[in-house]
Amino acid sequence: MAGVADRPFPPGRYPLVVVGSGPGGLQVSYFLRRLGVRHAVLSEDPAPGGMFLRYPLFQRLNTWSKPYAIAERKTRPYEWYDWNSLVADEPAHRSTVPEFMDGTSYFPSRAEMASGLAAFAERAGIQVRYGCRWQATRRDEDGFALETSDGLYHGRAVVFAIGMAEPWKPPIPGIDAVPHYVDTPPARELAGKRVFLIGKRNSGFEIADALLPWARQIVLGSPRPPIMSVFASGAGVRAKYLVPYEDHIMGGGVFVLDSAIERVERTADDWRVFTTGQRTGAVEFRVDQVIATTGFSTPLRDLPALGVATFNQGRLPRQTPYWESSTVPGIYFAGAVTQGATGIRKHGHAGNSAGVAGSRHNARALATHLARTHFGVAIPRPALRPDEVVTFLLAEATRAPELWNQQAYLARVVTCDPAAGWVDDGIAPLAAYVDAAGSDAVAVTVETDANGDHHPTVYIRRDGRVNEHALPANPLLTFEGEKQRTELAALLKDLGPQP
Amino acid sequence: MAQRDEIVDAMASLALFADLSRPQLAAAAHTFEEEWFSEGQRILRQGFTGSNFYVILEGEAAVRINGETRATLSRGEFFGEVSVLLGEPPTADVVALRPLRCMVLAGPDTEPFLVTYPRVMYRILQAQARRLRNANLWRG
Repeated sequence: MAGVADRPFPPGRYPLVVVGSGPGGLQVSYFLRRLGVRHAVLSEDPAPGGMFLRYPLFQRLNTWSKPYAIAERKTRPYEWYDWNSLVADEPAHRSTVPEFMDGTSYFPSRAEMASGLAAFAERAGIQVRYGCRWQATRRDEDGFALETSDGLYHGRAVVFAIGMAEPWKPPIPGIDAVPHYVDTPPARELAGKRVFLIGKRNSGFEIADALLPWARQIVLGSPRPPIMSVFASGAGVRAKYLVPYEDHIMGGGVFVLDSAIERVERTADDWRVFTTGQRTGAVEFRVDQVIATTGFSTPLRDLPALGVATFNQGRLPRQTPYWESSTVPGIYFAGAVTQGATGIRKHGHAGNSAGVAGSRHNARALATHLARTHFGVAIPRPALRPDEVVTFLLAEATRAPELWNQQAYLARVVTCDPAAGWVDDGIAPLAAYVDAAGSDAVAVTVETDANGDHHPTVYIRRDGRVNEHALPANPLLTFEGEKQRTELAALLKDLGPQP
Repeated sequence: MAQRDEIVDAMASLALFADLSRPQLAAAAHTFEEEWFSEGQRILRQGFTGSNFYVILEGEAAVRINGETRATLSRGEFFGEVSVLLGEPPTADVVALRPLRCMVLAGPDTEPFLVTYPRVMYRILQAQARRLRNANLWRG
């Protein structure tokens, strides 16, 4: 590693400090630079990639990057078919993950993902001070001071892109002795063993899937039934991990159990897991290995003491629609932590921010918001002719990766500015748009209704009041037909300058 | 790490869930999501589709129709059920009056939840009957 003097961002004062070099930190730094906001990026890691330097444990992601898709690689619409690459305005920096994929799966391996992230950082020229550990935080005269292993940094605002990176276990008696997901032994060491996995979300099913050829018996236990992403839009166990569930349904030795875990005991030669289920009653399991596949929390360090309020048992900071701490203005979050801002939760769906697919688009909106509100940057607002507005909005609904990855969460906003006429105000959080005052405007999202149909949905602000209208669905997911055009044109009639 | 699940305890103390056994409560607690709202933040939006069912754990919220406050709700009370049950957009806004902590159940998950826990459904019916009685008294 280069010496302290050769590394970028020596300690000192910066307009803005970003902590983290995972996808969230890289992506927000990329957009901040595009907007001309000077900032330092600090990371305790030795290289870019964040969680993908180590996880997923069994080395393959559960989100697609399709080397060949309906849209051409390196274009903006292609980003919807490639959930794992970071996003960019320059074609050369787009679609970096598929470049490294060897064609054995459309789910990239961990190494392919890490290579794609590193290539993005290098090509886009993202500067990071690696090996610089953020240790403590305090307020100072006009912002925040960050103590680090390299010295003191000051920023008027700070963006923490620190991942959901800290292993977390629920309060179950005896669980302290249970290894967490991150400490799962190699699968072959569990050959012929009985394994109990606490938790039935993606990480539980990931381990179960990896252990299918090795373990004698696999039990997945937690109070709530598993949610399968194929039946619920967005969050849920991904189809990639459905094989253990099928094994359970067919009675092959995997048991998926809806039971509270009362306590865990380590004995001389095995483990005992005491469960109580509504259907099973009290059941005691004797197994060779227990693993807590119970997820992660945000490594907030001293931020709660600074006043950053949390929820979900301290695992996530409470955030505004623009990912600012609800209780400490000036502290922002990027990356997976933005899943703590749940939007307006249409049909319960709280966005896709836990993954790179969603949080990369949040980073664009966050950087724009920071540039405008903290640093006085005039954000370009391209003008639209009145006769272009309908076409523009329906094209966005059909092809914008932001709207598809972040359904009912991010919106394309077109404002009828009293002075400038129709202007494109870019991508913004829907929750911020619908509750903000402002000029007459229209925002479009993509949303999935209770029947599973995808609709473009428009939110029209007229005289300060926002109304919602779902436009007709289309089985081939193209929303640029006559039905949608006619309906949207009628809704926008009398709004703004007329064609 | 040995303390009991705080959310389960919080739910156990509410009348709505008073009839559930501990395993039922644990399952229910994991079916809802916890959500916080800041003062002034809207939770339900009049006229918007796709709303959810909320139970208040802490704080206070106002029910507003066209900007006029019609009622306030506090700990143990719930809202959003009419919209979810009828599959229609809410006819009122619900706005946090101070930091508000809720348990939220996705609209599409509400029917299976209530069918699984009929005692919760009965408690909701009782609360609705009380609201209806009070509305009638008020009109009378």
